Amino acid sequence: MTQRLKLSVMRHGPLLTTITIFLMAYIIGAQLYPAMQRPQAFFNLFINNGFLLIIGIGMTFVILTGGIDLSVGGVLALTTAASAALLKIGFSAAFVIPLMLVMGTAIGLGLGSIIHFFKVQPFIVTLMGLFFARGLAYIISLTSVTITDPFYKYLALTPIYMPFFEKAYIYIPTLVGPLLLLVAIYLAYFTRFGRIMYALGNNEQSAGLMGFPVGRTKIMVYGFNGFCSALAGIVFSISLLAGYGQFATGVELDVIAAVVMGGTLLTGGVGSVIGTLFGILIEGTIISILQYNGTLSSWWTRICVGALTLIFIGIQSGFARRKKEL
Amino acid sequence: MADSQSLITVRGISKAFPGVVALERVDFTLRKGEIHALMGENGAGKSTLIKILTGVEQPDTGSIELEHTLIRIRSPQHAQQLGISTVYQEINLCTNISVAENIMLGHEPRRFGGIHWKKLNEMARQALLRLGIELDVTQPLGMYSIAIQQMVAITRALEIASAKVLILDEPTSSLDANETARLFAVMRALKQAGIGIVFVTHFLDQVYEIVDRVTILRNGSFVGSYDIADLPRVELVAKMLGRVVGELQALAQDKARGERQPDERRLIEAAGLGLSGMLEPLDLAINVGEVLGIAGLLGSGRSELASLLFGLTSPDSGTLLIDGQSVTRFSPQESIKRGVALCPEDRKAEGIVGDLSIRENIILGLQGRYGWFKFINRQKQDEIAEKYIKLLGIRTPSPDQLVKNLSGGNQQKVILARWLVTQPRLLILDEPTRGIDVGAKAEIQKLVLELVKDGMSIVFISSELEEVVRISDRIVVLRDRAKVADYDHAVSDRTLIQTMAGEA
Amino acid sequence: MNYTVFFRRIRESRLFWVLTAWAVILGFNALFIPEFFRINIQDGHLYGNLIDVLNNGAPLMLVALGMTLVIATGGVDLSVGAVMAISAAMGAVLINPAPGDKLVSNEILTRNATNTPLAIIVLATLAAGTLCGLWNGLLVSRAKIQPLVATLILMVAGRGIAQLITNGQIITIYYTPYFWFGNGYILGLPVSIYIVTAVAIIAWVGVRKTPIGLFIEAVGINPKATYYSGISAKNVQLLAYTFSGFCSALAGLILSSYVHSADGNNNGLNYELDAILAVVMGGTMLSGGRFSLLASVLGAMVIWTFTLSMYTLGVPANALLAGRAVLVLLVILLYSDRRLVKRRSVRADTQPKSAVITPDENRDLPRP
Repeated sequence: MTQRLKLSVMRHGPLLTTITIFLMAYIIGAQLYPAMQRPQAFFNLFINNGFLLIIGIGMTFVILTGGIDLSVGGVLALTTAASAALLKIGFSAAFVIPLMLVMGTAIGLGLGSIIHFFKVQPFIVTLMGLFFARGLAYIISLTSVTITDPFYKYLALTPIYMPFFEKAYIYIPTLVGPLLLLVAIYLAYFTRFGRIMYALGNNEQSAGLMGFPVGRTKIMVYGFNGFCSALAGIVFSISLLAGYGQFATGVELDVIAAVVMGGTLLTGGVGSVIGTLFGILIEGTIISILQYNGTLSSWWTRICVGALTLIFIGIQSGFARRKKEL
Repeated sequence: MADSQSLITVRGISKAFPGVVALERVDFTLRKGEIHALMGENGAGKSTLIKILTGVEQPDTGSIELEHTLIRIRSPQHAQQLGISTVYQEINLCTNISVAENIMLGHEPRRFGGIHWKKLNEMARQALLRLGIELDVTQPLGMYSIAIQQMVAITRALEIASAKVLILDEPTSSLDANETARLFAVMRALKQAGIGIVFVTHFLDQVYEIVDRVTILRNGSFVGSYDIADLPRVELVAKMLGRVVGELQALAQDKARGERQPDERRLIEAAGLGLSGMLEPLDLAINVGEVLGIAGLLGSGRSELASLLFGLTSPDSGTLLIDGQSVTRFSPQESIKRGVALCPEDRKAEGIVGDLSIRENIILGLQGRYGWFKFINRQKQDEIAEKYIKLLGIRTPSPDQLVKNLSGGNQQKVILARWLVTQPRLLILDEPTRGIDVGAKAEIQKLVLELVKDGMSIVFISSELEEVVRISDRIVVLRDRAKVADYDHAVSDRTLIQTMAGEA
Repeated sequence: MNYTVFFRRIRESRLFWVLTAWAVILGFNALFIPEFFRINIQDGHLYGNLIDVLNNGAPLMLVALGMTLVIATGGVDLSVGAVMAISAAMGAVLINPAPGDKLVSNEILTRNATNTPLAIIVLATLAAGTLCGLWNGLLVSRAKIQPLVATLILMVAGRGIAQLITNGQIITIYYTPYFWFGNGYILGLPVSIYIVTAVAIIAWVGVRKTPIGLFIEAVGINPKATYYSGISAKNVQLLAYTFSGFCSALAGLILSSYVHSADGNNNGLNYELDAILAVVMGGTMLSGGRFSLLASVLGAMVIWTFTLSMYTLGVPANALLAGRAVLVLLVILLYSDRRLVKRRSVRADTQPKSAVITPDENRDLPRP
């Protein structure tokens, strides 16, 4: 029984570490800055980092298959720029939003196909995707375009008050991330697609010999990530009511760092979207603490994220080693 | 062979790869409810035959019948659909997902559009129970030993593909005695259920324990199929090695080695050297200017011994003395410094650096020994390359030819040259003549003898007994990863084969 | 003369594709933007688009030199842009003419003066970048972290470090001697060209006249066989990443000198992809192995010729990103086209290891 407990701790070790670190960071922050004790401060984590969570979910899937996608920031920016431009010339939101989602999915499927059929490393293909998407965004507009669409404005400015918490609120787009998380959990744990995704990341060759559709699954995962990036772009453009090719630069690194902090192995096969949620919450907490502090500057976020990524890679290899010894 | 019991009948299968005939008119019949061993040394064509049966390769000629219907096996997936499943030595399952998923995924039960986990786990548990195995199917597969993983692989083959034919490719090579017994119990149960099992193994004891019939291949040709009860061990080994017992005796008479009195100085002395799971502790001594032959069947621990001597792996017991000095750090770099060199068995993966030229491959060893600061300039490189190309008779238009474009024999000579340049005192040759043509073989044997004359010591590992007997001063026999005998060069081939077969 | 052999040798040369690409772009320019080739002489200095290709392209050429060695070992360095930003920040901060304890006024800050001797600035800048490279090298060779991830860490944190150094400011540089690296001229040609040439020659001598080049290629092609030959990959990797850090630092110095400022967010932005693109165009496989420093430098030159040609045509700088991405795609397809031909062999190699292929079966096929 103790052996089994030990195994279970080992298995969920990285995730438990992540949750513990998040709680500790939040509690320390709350001690230092009483403003963080308000429930609203917690909900702000979701409001401010909603788009990160959405991309993080897609990225987790890609990394689970053993790949990587550096194009997410580009697709996000392209979505904001394209939707702002389309809304400006008078298309309705009901047309623009589905169109953007289709576009993101198509870009993802395209990148996935190149990776699969031409056997090129994912990082180089998706790096190209990043440049391509940002470049297109600049071709659409070299400056930021504001969105005046009433529907977007309605979504952006209508708070939903939370039950049980006084005066705590979120916005409608904030719900997209958590809802997508539920969908992702369903996909990952209750569909064949999800399980093959895990199998693929462990050993692509074995997965093929077990008769699984390796190529199709891989391409679909990149397609899903493209969909997530576009969705994040829509959420992003709603919250800023603008579209611009320079939005969210460097976001791919934040997302990868969050995924790693969430306990997902960059070599694939091990990890969870729930972990990614906590990875993103850790990043959000660090940013909040820096903001509340006021004297610590924003660049510390990047340094902290880098350092945390390194530490988590260390923790992961530590767990991997211990597992072997067991 | 109009055998009503036959599951698979293979007739006159041939397969050629560029430069090599891998299979030539091979016949093979697998009956219902039998365990059929497929035996032969490396390069005998076992893997090619299995690849054809599993649809990885297509035969050039010949026919395959499954239950008396002519079939063409298009791909591994197709083979599975036909009911032919394979469990490889390196298990092709995914260790990160649960045992139950590994068994059931692809045919998983569903509920409300999602996977019905409870039912899936129960089905997997039942499937394992049918083979007499009980375990927690929700744990990741990687938590379990290789033996269990193999059982899981077999279970998947039976559940998903409802296999009629099960090919087990060296399933026991990494199992201990208990695990093997357990696997055999499962195999017997499957046999009772009428499933035909093709069993590839190198362990003679196991063959005689569980197998009904055996098919022997050698150099791509069909030697014969026999009821195991009618085939004594010595006969089996002799057939695998392609010798009529007694014929080797004649060969040994005119030994190529001539009358040479090896030096009495010790170069290598190993005492109790071993690594658990790879090689039982053994004593070994090699004198200066001596050829030590290592005889043993595939999987007997030959290559493991080579990698210990060369420092690729560190032993967990015993000591190794080189020139009376104890070796404490085991790494190729250290070994090379001490004058030990290894021509590895897997020439392509471990020997040549394919995209470099012959010249660069030849100087690589010496340059590695010199380190970063002592550069062999281009002129010197050319000199060395020219010299050894001539010396070893490497056939190439120019030293700047890429090594990957050479034939196997010439690649082997390049690796030999790489080490000869460093003037090692002990050269370990692991299967130096495998897969190369007869002419080149003779040249390499001749070369070995010349080197010994100059005072080099050589460990000569080969599955061709003739070669070993021909050039060795002493012959150490390995069986089941342990040293079982140490003979001098006058040993009779009968004794040798008997020792290898475990009947001495 | 056997023509087929002759042409095959040309096609197989690492310089062939990159020179062809260059010729195509220049040919296009000759037809549509002939003014691209105009070179003027002012005050004894040469001016013109072709000179700009060399001068603006110098940082990329340097980065490509370092990247070539890293990719040849089978790795990749994604941190080059961030390292450039760090070294630029280092230089700008050290120049800060404000004397330690006195009141800092805008007038002092914008003076053409420095607090630190130029030689020390240069040394410190280069040292900072080299240290970054060393760090990457240690992570890859000693901690055994995949190159992609190891350098990604510095790619994230590096821009933060650069901003930390400059305290988040975009520092404008007013110290004129510092401008010499990016804007100076020697004998009518920009200084940066001499720097690139010098580094390229030193690097070439360093790898081709010592065993290091051979070791790098051997490690990149077949690490196992190289290990069996008694060569440790560790130090080879360490050296490659450190050199890449050094090159990025020098590139950062030239770039900040050229633009007269240090900006943690934008110095060296997107240099990762451009450098990888330059190296791949130069015929070095992303999987490692054979490399050519000259071909990579030419690759960088092609990228800048393309960029400046587009500028001349009036394509906005940012929109060019998409164009460069398409260029990457073309290069990728070009190289995988060769693979498509050998598709079957690739598949044969993905079979389980237990099914041993006898060595001779596919000796004529290249590594996948």
